[in-house]
Parts: sequence; C-alpha cells; structure tokens
Amino acid sequence: MHHSIEVEHLSFSYPDGHPALVDVSLHIAPGEKVALVGPNGAGKSTLVLHLNGILSGDGRVQVCGLEVGEKTLGRVRAAVGLVFQNPDDQLFSPTVYEDVAFGPLYQGLGPEEVAARVAAALSAVSMQPYARRVSHHLSVGEKKRIAIATVLSMTPEVLVLDEPTSGLDPRARRALIHLLCDLPMTMLVSSHDLAMVRELLPRMVIMDEGRIVADGPTQALMQDGRLLEAHGLEIP
Amino acid sequence: MHVHFLDPYQPRTSPIHAMDGRAKFLLTVAFILTVSLTPMAAWPIYILLFALVLSVEILSALGIWYVLKRALLALPFMLAAFPVIFTVGQTTLFSFSLGAWTLTAHSEGLERFISIAVKSWLSVQAAILMAASTPFPELLQAMRAVGIPRLLVSMFGMMWRYSFVLVDEALRLMRARAARSGQSSQAGAKAGGSVLWRARLTGGMAGSLFLRAFERSDRIYVAMLSRGYDGEVRSVPLPPMTSATWAELLAGLACLGLLLFSGILFWG
Repeated sequence: MHHSIEVEHLSFSYPDGHPALVDVSLHIAPGEKVALVGPNGAGKSTLVLHLNGILSGDGRVQVCGLEVGEKTLGRVRAAVGLVFQNPDDQLFSPTVYEDVAFGPLYQGLGPEEVAARVAAALSAVSMQPYARRVSHHLSVGEKKRIAIATVLSMTPEVLVLDEPTSGLDPRARRALIHLLCDLPMTMLVSSHDLAMVRELLPRMVIMDEGRIVADGPTQALMQDGRLLEAHGLEIP
Repeated sequence: MHVHFLDPYQPRTSPIHAMDGRAKFLLTVAFILTVSLTPMAAWPIYILLFALVLSVEILSALGIWYVLKRALLALPFMLAAFPVIFTVGQTTLFSFSLGAWTLTAHSEGLERFISIAVKSWLSVQAAILMAASTPFPELLQAMRAVGIPRLLVSMFGMMWRYSFVLVDEALRLMRARAARSGQSSQAGAKAGGSVLWRARLTGGMAGSLFLRAFERSDRIYVAMLSRGYDGEVRSVPLPPMTSATWAELLAGLACLGLLLFSGILFWG
C-alpha cells in the first residue's frame, strides 16, 4: 500500500535565485481530497508542478508509488492529471474531441479505446454534445469542464487542480463543485476559494513563503481566524 | 514563468551605454550604410571598419565574445549569397559536376561572396552593439526623435512588448502538453504517437497561438481607444542634444564619410 502523493524535504529555487519551496513535506493517502491554500506567490503552483516532474527540485517526490524522475516521467504524467488554472493553456487542438483525445492518443492506445475514453471523460463532465465544437469559442465555464475532461481521459489516479473556480460565475462554479464532488480519485486542489474548500475538501494545507505552515482538518483550521489572517486568508 | 532571453539589452556602465540614444541610432545607421556602400573587395577599408566596430565593442564593456557570438546570427543569411560564386565573373577557379550540371566557380564571384559575407557580419555587429547598449524604450524614443514614422515606431514598440507575452503563452501551452504526455501501463501501447499526428498538433498549437494574438490585439486596441487613442502616438519630446553629443555624432559621421570616400576613390 503506497501513498498517492509523498513529498519529502522538497526545496526549489527559480533560476533568478528566488526560493519558491523550502523543505516541504506532504503525504496524501489514496482517495483523500486535500486543499492547498495560501497567498499569491506562496509556492502552491510550484509545488503542483513538481508532482508530475515539470519542475524538479532537491528532495524526493513519489506519486502512486513511482519515484518522479527522468525515467518515470511518462508513467507519472499518466498517473497525475494536472488541470491548469487557465484552460486556454490546456486546449490547443482545433476541436474539443481532439483535445480530450490527446492524452490517450499520446499513450498509443487503440482507436476504439480512445473513443471510449473520450466519451467517458466528456460524459463525466456532462459535455458530450460538445465533442465537435471548436474549443476556442467556448465560455470560460465550458472550457474549464473540457480542461478537466482532457485529463480524465487519461484515467489518472490523482487529480491536481490549480484554481478551478477562478473566473467562473456562481452557476458555473456551483456546477464545477458538484462535478468535483462526484469524482472518486485522490484530489489536490490549489485555490483561494475558501468557501469551496470548506464544502468540498475535508483536509487543508496552508502554504506561505514556500513553506507548509499548517496541515489539518479544514473545519478545525477554518475556526482559527488568527492563523488564516496571518497568511493572507479570510474566513468565508 | 517569464522569458528574458529575448531582451538584448545588457546593463553595463560604459561610455557607449551613456551615449545619447539618438546619436547612437544615427551612427549605427550611418555605419551600416557605409558598410553596404563600400565597393566590393576593398579589403583595407573592411579592416578599418572592423577595427572601428571592434574598438566600440571594447569601449562598451560588453565583451568582444558576447558580440561576436551573437553576430553568428548573420551566418544563415550569408548562405543566400553563396550562388554568386558560380554565377558572377569569367576567371575560372575550378569546376565540378553535380549530376547533370557542371558548376564553375569564378574568382570574381568568390571575391564578391566574401565581401558580402564580411559586410553583413560587420553590419550585424553594429546592430547588436546598439541593441545591447541601449534600453529598448530609449531606442524607440530615439527613432521617433530622428524622424522615423511614428506608426512604424509604435509597431516596433508593440512587437517588443507583446513578444514576451506571446512567448510566455507558448511556453505555458507546451507545459500543459508535456503534463499530458504520459505512458500507458497497458502492454504493447507505444507512447508518443506518429510524427504526422504530432506535426498536426503542433500546427494546431501554432494556430491557436495566432488566434489568441489576434484577439489580444483587438482587446489592446479597445483598451487604447478607451484611454483616448486617436491613431496618433504622442510622446514627451526629448531635450535637445548636448554639444558633446553633437561632437560625437559629427566626428563619427566624418570618420565614416572618410572611409567611404577613400573606398570609392581607390576601389570603386
């Protein structure tokens, strides 16, 4: 039995010398849903980019029992679905279908399986009728759902989302929360939307200035107004 | 994630960096004009021009290697002049056959090719010196001050400003693609897809980048209009050039004029 995400003493500095992560350790069990919160520039995105080897710092990162490194990159990226904050970064093909099919096609799966995966991923985000639409012309809420479908089609073990609710109207936000609630996989969600965190994610990790400053049950941490305020957060 | 490698400016303290942008711009243009107007095979003049640009490189504290390395950029363009070796002149150097053709190299052609190569190499060095020693906004101001059409200058400015945004965007796209480039745990599935499929994807990425640049330009234009843009670019005028700057400019122009004149007199 392995952890879904195991990060041990991870440190990372950007090329300009600015330290983005300082001795970060984090363990997430399979099926756990965890929030990653903190002010802008706290290192949340940097940490997230380590989970599938896009960045690599000093320390050890293990995902689904795989050591993240040069040799395991392909397997790691299939196991960890990363949904970026800006869906436009993720949607680069002419149609929705091709975007969702990218992951499975890249993995070299057969045509029937690719079609089945795309259909399943689109239905998971309730976007089946959009398969032939042009990604470019969708609304932000639709793009977010498609962006999630593009990683669901890879059937990842862990889903990592960066600011999933940013830029959404209340209805699209509500729909997205329901969608995330229904997905069974391990989830790490980096967000400023504490209302969503309280509703959706039972465990919360607070980061500030590249360190993990608190890690515990969301309900308990939300009671601690002083802690939240000290790290630039507000009780919703 | 940001890119800085596009910005050619290298901050240093040197007399070249401190020089007025207008004089620098005019002298660079004059240098490039002199180089291109100097007759073919005027080797001593080339050497003098090279000495000139070399001394400016030393004065600028940029390091000769920095400039020479960047000047290699001119190499691929020199290839365009390669055919003149075979098409110009009568004196045969050597000839060889390539399939059905027989190619004959001429010494006049070779001379011309080397001249073109040297000229472009010298011109590129001057341009690199100017770009590396002048912050880009100052360069734009200088261009406007010496009478380059304002529309053109503001297009240069926009290109410079937004190429960074565009490259950042391209890098983010590529990162998102890398994040989904996984390997299946199924036996027999080979990761990577066919070359044709990957080429099509890359085409799609380039296309969506183009569309976004296009849409962004629209948004920028609307933002400009909403702040009162009426098609005319206005800017605070620069103070008049000091007498020292005038002296530098005139001395430089005289020096280049002399070189050009003797080049035309003896080799023209």
